[in-house]
Amino acid sequence: MAIFVDQNTKVIVQGLTGGQGKYHGLRNKAYGTQVVAGVTPGKGGTDVEGIPVYNSVAEAVAATGATASFVTVPPKAASAAILEAAAAGISFIVCITEGIPAQDEARTYNTLVRDFPKVRLLGPNCPGIISPGKCNIGITAGEIAELPSASGPNVGIVSRSGTLTYQALYELKQRGIGVSTCVGIGGDPVPGTSFIDCLREFQNDPETHAIIMIGEIGGSAEEEAAEFIKANVTKPMSAYIAGVTAPAGKKMGHAGAIVSGGKGTAQGKMDALRDAGVKVGQNPTEAGSLMAEIVAGLR
Amino acid sequence: MDLFEYQGKQYFARYDIPVSKGDVAVTVDQAVAAADAAGYPVVVKAQVQVGGRGKAGGIKLANNADEVRTHAGNILGMDIKGHVVKRVWVENASDIAEEYYASFTLDRGAKKHLLMLSKEGGVEIEEVAATNPAAILMLHIDPVDGLSAAGAMKAAVDAKIPEKAQQGVADILVKLYRCFVEGDCDLAEINPLILKPTGEVHALDAKVSLDANADFRHPEWEEFKATEELDAREKLAREKGLQYIGLEGTVGIIANGAGLAMSTLDVVNQVGGTAANFLDIGGGANADLMASALEVINSDKAVKSIFINIFGGITRGEEVAKGIVEALGRVDLRAPIVIRLDGTNAEEGRSILANAGIPESKLTSKPTMLEAAEAAVALAK
Repeated sequence: MAIFVDQNTKVIVQGLTGGQGKYHGLRNKAYGTQVVAGVTPGKGGTDVEGIPVYNSVAEAVAATGATASFVTVPPKAASAAILEAAAAGISFIVCITEGIPAQDEARTYNTLVRDFPKVRLLGPNCPGIISPGKCNIGITAGEIAELPSASGPNVGIVSRSGTLTYQALYELKQRGIGVSTCVGIGGDPVPGTSFIDCLREFQNDPETHAIIMIGEIGGSAEEEAAEFIKANVTKPMSAYIAGVTAPAGKKMGHAGAIVSGGKGTAQGKMDALRDAGVKVGQNPTEAGSLMAEIVAGLR
Repeated sequence: MDLFEYQGKQYFARYDIPVSKGDVAVTVDQAVAAADAAGYPVVVKAQVQVGGRGKAGGIKLANNADEVRTHAGNILGMDIKGHVVKRVWVENASDIAEEYYASFTLDRGAKKHLLMLSKEGGVEIEEVAATNPAAILMLHIDPVDGLSAAGAMKAAVDAKIPEKAQQGVADILVKLYRCFVEGDCDLAEINPLILKPTGEVHALDAKVSLDANADFRHPEWEEFKATEELDAREKLAREKGLQYIGLEGTVGIIANGAGLAMSTLDVVNQVGGTAANFLDIGGGANADLMASALEVINSDKAVKSIFINIFGGITRGEEVAKGIVEALGRVDLRAPIVIRLDGTNAEEGRSILANAGIPESKLTSKPTMLEAAEAAVALAK
């Protein structure tokens, strides 16, 4: 098993005919993901290296039975693309688009909650999701993900930062530790999927035996996750929080990462996680070593 | 992007929020002209993006042109907590009966808009929150529903705004909410929101922070960008489209992704070094962007070594490598590079670097983030 996506997940790519969409869509397909169609308004009837392109998500879904979508369109068009996918019956939407205005994100998220409560949005501004050996939706280089072993133990990864998601995959691969699913939730102000959503799924997934969580400064998502872990997660966890040395009041790259008014500091987040029984590393490599110890204990 | 008070007031005026008559001035003569136009008495206010202006002597009342001349002369060029005052805002002084507080932000935890409204205005809202939290109404607004006139009126009543001011406050709340949403603000705050003895409600201050991601639909933001206060390195980085923050250390940092960049700072710190900057070249960085990033780092005289930490996802290793080779041909880098390259097309990237004939004194490659950090820190010492 894996969470959210597996070998049976049929995926369409909204924006398949664009530069990024084509590159990553084809890479996802080459990895073994069932990339069954692309959607670009006005380009219906064409194809991208054998993948048929449709004018609308509804047409693509009717023709292929897809249930997941990979949204890789510019910021201006992203909200409409997400809502189009939801309206067409897609139940899992991965949006990697970076730079969507916060007001659009807030409106889109709340529209989904209200009108399409069963639809899950991952992102925006996230690297995507990979269930190694089964399905890879997004921009993760598949070869850095260690396959899960049939006998276990396997680790689930959830991360708020894109590149640190890859770093976590890499740390586990170096140690030969299998990964059940790796989810990058993205660092934007209104992420569709939270740490808690992923932790709940990992807790319920029989193939996941331990969990790594990668957070960063800003907001209170890590503190909320710590509360949830305390009450609901029995699987062992390690974690890393980026931004210990970040100066207060400076936005570190994206809207999420800012320490303001003494809130959202790395130290506060690490303390909350430790208090919930999570082993916290000072850098990604240390979080990997701590996970290796956990896994050794499970074997 | 944070606006100065005068820009915030100009932005408010676009949404019909009542503000005092006034103008911005960069010289004493301009300040006098602005005061003459606004009508005496006037308030001369230092335009800096830092709290505590009043205490520092940056806000003064003037009854005539001579007083304006004196105050503007003192305030222009004044240093307030490290911010040099380049402009003053001169506005008609308002008679104040009462002071309230109103703001809209996005509550990330709740994923909804948040209205904060209080009849205790004119002081730092954090102070009110600490001493008398019951005095602040916190109301979540679903972004799909928005804020109606009736909703705003109910908020004014619930916040115990005196009856005589409720209608005026509610009207401003609706306008401020429109400014927040349509104006793509991260924060739209009025403190104090005043009631005049004559019964009108009016914004006496303006704190506005704009969402840079919405830049594409706001051509009117151009003029705000011109006044942004950045240091020389930050300015150069901005021109090149890079996310850069200048720091005080000696190891120049280039990484892809904000998380990895922050983590790189952390690791450099842990092995005993100090970072000269935060620089995220972002997703999909190409050769040209990498070359620009190196130019920006090279402009910082404090940099003794450069740590390039790349984990390719959307960023491709061969593009990074090409950028480094190009930059070495284009700029004479003063500091040696230590690179750690992984992820998408990392093999290709590494082989481009290995075959480019770059001497080891200029570039070394390390297999892990920790080893690269140690090497970069050693070179910086």
